[in-house]
Amino acid sequence: MTAPTLRVAPAGFGFGSRRSARLIERNLYVYKHGWLVILSGFFEPLFYLLGIGFGLGSLIGTINGPAGQPISYQLFVAPALLTTAAMNGAINESTFNFFFKLNYNKTFASILATPLSPGDIALGELGWALIRGGLYALGFMAVMGLFGLVVTPWVVLAVPAALLVGFAFGAVGMAATSFMTTWQDFDLIQLVVLPLFLFSGTFYPVDAYPDALRVIVQLTPLYQGVDLIRSLAVGAISPILLFHVAYLALMGIAGLAVTSRRIDLLLLK
Amino acid sequence: MIALPRTNSTVGRVFEHRFLQYRRTFRASIFSSFLSPALFLTAMGVGLGSYVSSSAVSSLGGVSYLAFLAPGLLAATAMQSASFEATFPIMGGLVWNKIFHAMYATPISPRDIALGNLAWIAARLTFIAAVFTLIIVLFGAAASPLVVLAIPAAVLTGLAFAAPIAAFAATQRTPDRFSNIFRFGITPLFLFSGTFFPLTSLPAFLQPLAWLTPLYHGVALTRGLSLGTIVNDPAFALVHLVALLAFIAAGTWALLVTMERRLVRG
Amino acid sequence: MPEHPSEPLIHARELTKRFGTFTAVDSIDFDVARGESFGFLGPNGAGKTSTMRMIGSVSPISAGTLRVMGMDPATEGSRIRARVGVVPQQDTLDNELTVRENLVIYGRYFGLARAEIGRRADELLEFAQLTERAGDQVEPLSGGMKRRLTIARSLINEPELLLLDEPTTGLDPQARHLLWDRLYRLKQRGVTLVLTTHYMDEAEQLCDRLVVMDKARIVAEGSPRELIERYSTREVAELRFGPDVAEGLDGRLEGIAQRVEHLPDRVLLYADDGEAAASAVHQRGLKPETVLVRRSSLEDVFLRLTGRSLIE
Repeated sequence: MTAPTLRVAPAGFGFGSRRSARLIERNLYVYKHGWLVILSGFFEPLFYLLGIGFGLGSLIGTINGPAGQPISYQLFVAPALLTTAAMNGAINESTFNFFFKLNYNKTFASILATPLSPGDIALGELGWALIRGGLYALGFMAVMGLFGLVVTPWVVLAVPAALLVGFAFGAVGMAATSFMTTWQDFDLIQLVVLPLFLFSGTFYPVDAYPDALRVIVQLTPLYQGVDLIRSLAVGAISPILLFHVAYLALMGIAGLAVTSRRIDLLLLK
Repeated sequence: MIALPRTNSTVGRVFEHRFLQYRRTFRASIFSSFLSPALFLTAMGVGLGSYVSSSAVSSLGGVSYLAFLAPGLLAATAMQSASFEATFPIMGGLVWNKIFHAMYATPISPRDIALGNLAWIAARLTFIAAVFTLIIVLFGAAASPLVVLAIPAAVLTGLAFAAPIAAFAATQRTPDRFSNIFRFGITPLFLFSGTFFPLTSLPAFLQPLAWLTPLYHGVALTRGLSLGTIVNDPAFALVHLVALLAFIAAGTWALLVTMERRLVRG
Repeated sequence: MPEHPSEPLIHARELTKRFGTFTAVDSIDFDVARGESFGFLGPNGAGKTSTMRMIGSVSPISAGTLRVMGMDPATEGSRIRARVGVVPQQDTLDNELTVRENLVIYGRYFGLARAEIGRRADELLEFAQLTERAGDQVEPLSGGMKRRLTIARSLINEPELLLLDEPTTGLDPQARHLLWDRLYRLKQRGVTLVLTTHYMDEAEQLCDRLVVMDKARIVAEGSPRELIERYSTREVAELRFGPDVAEGLDGRLEGIAQRVEHLPDRVLLYADDGEAAASAVHQRGLKPETVLVRRSSLEDVFLRLTGRSLIE
């Protein structure tokens, strides 16, 4: 009897291949029938901008921006809404939806019978989520422009920054999903995502916290994205932004590394 | 382990089925029932609330932002939970596991199935609203003992959504349209029905529209009860209550029709 | 790795699949030659599907050796899958796409050029008799149509090896015969077919050679004819007795046939001359309610090998 032969993941954190692009093709076919679904995704952050930024913002005067300068609440919260939308989109796609597709959706079982590997599927789906996220980010920027919230050319970089946030959370979400066995396990993801969404300097400055707590918040992942995109939106460029970028990039790479080591074992039963 | 309520009425048996299903997954709802309102109140009520300008406080009726927000979130949470319970589980019972068809093959009637499901949703809402109200009190955000009545007010708010949405869900064969209900119905209502800011901040032409939505009436009731201001204008409170009951009655009637039609036609 | 011309298309030795402590496939050996039509016959749970998934390189083997087209599924799964077509037990069509789009996108998964896929898709729609439904959504199609579309889809990469897991289970007789006809044409074209089934008529129709699986192991191997000759008689007389008579039959049928099988609902007499056996029963004063004399089938082979009926 020979030793059990397991699929060997390629060395390093590389997984997926050019074949991943075919998953994106499939999604384009699907959305050819239902492009309204994609369009409707633009509305959620828009509603939040109107409701929280302008509605709730009317109760709030100015607020301190990234460099300590007073800015309108709309300008403060809009970049954060862009960031959280990027995070939520990527997390939904890489956790619930990915788990559902691979465990319950027969379509993905049929794709596994082709030369595409689970890694290809993971990367393709993540890529599609990012493409969609990029479209939403562009749409959101246009809305910000309409409301007079574009105040610096640096804001253009908020779109790739939103993609970076999506990549970081999508990759980690996928890594987390590779450890999930039942739907119940996804409570844990909510347990992490909701506090991040509420407390990462999204709706009010982290100055509101006592110093020790503030430092902890400043080390959490969503804060990196919020501060990065907000700084770009107000043109407060500083070296700390490079730290944010490096943090998010490393987080994404680490997520992919874990995913690539686990995904085949997990899906090829 | 939660004890199983035993009952012999046919509506009760449908309720029992939903309860048994829930018992297997209730760990998930513990999180959303307890933790998520506490986190929301901390971040939005306490954290963001500290940035509400003193000049704005008068538009809130002279209370803290936390006290203003908390009962609004209670009603909004009831709306969200009820809407969820009225979509996927209803369509699922008709399409995915076809359990309602199986029930219909027994002495249970379509009417029992419709009412049993609404009764189940009411029970879920009662639990969620009670926990949320307890948290409001623990945050010191309730100004009146009448806050206890905010629990039934929140349940009615939820049912005002659950009944018509379930009526719609009973006509669907795929969940595709549900995301539009949430995206273009529930989310805007959550944001624009006076939960986070007084309606007077909305453009004047939009304000009458709010009257047409159950959440506006629900928030008016829960907030009036939590702040104790309801006693100042009981007639107005009655109008809100009647509005909610009208939504529930119309929705229930529609659900009886669509459930019957769906089960009879197969 | 180049494939040696004389090497079998599939080569398995001591092939084993375990899920935790459960052994789904227990050290089986078999070879499938190019162009052959090979079947796994056995009841549900015998390990057929697990074996098919290992051959399809979507399920890692737990022990033993498996080579498909000269390649190791553990390291060259993607290259193997590129040359294999799979028809899974349950249709796995993409319900979000139309009939034709299902074929086109599947071709894209294999990296085929669009023009080439377009040509093949039209041919396959014709082959599957679905040309008129090309633009329709998949969901409302009948079971037989979905099955044919699944088979058409599995052919988009012009596979050398087609894996069919229970291809006609759940179809009505007419749809089954249509499907058998399509599969027979593929066989004529030289496609190697490997299929699982628990229908003996299907195995007899389609398989040049088959193995009988039971409880994770292979219990016999040969052509349908060989297996019947080896493990059964030429004919079988099926007798049904009333419930009272059946109780007291013990020993009263001894010696009439080469072998007697008592099933819950009937008694089988294995004999080369079934009619003679049936009349011998009457001569002993026994009055069966019905008598049916038929040729032996793989069902009888299976009963002999396992002591159980295939479809229980």
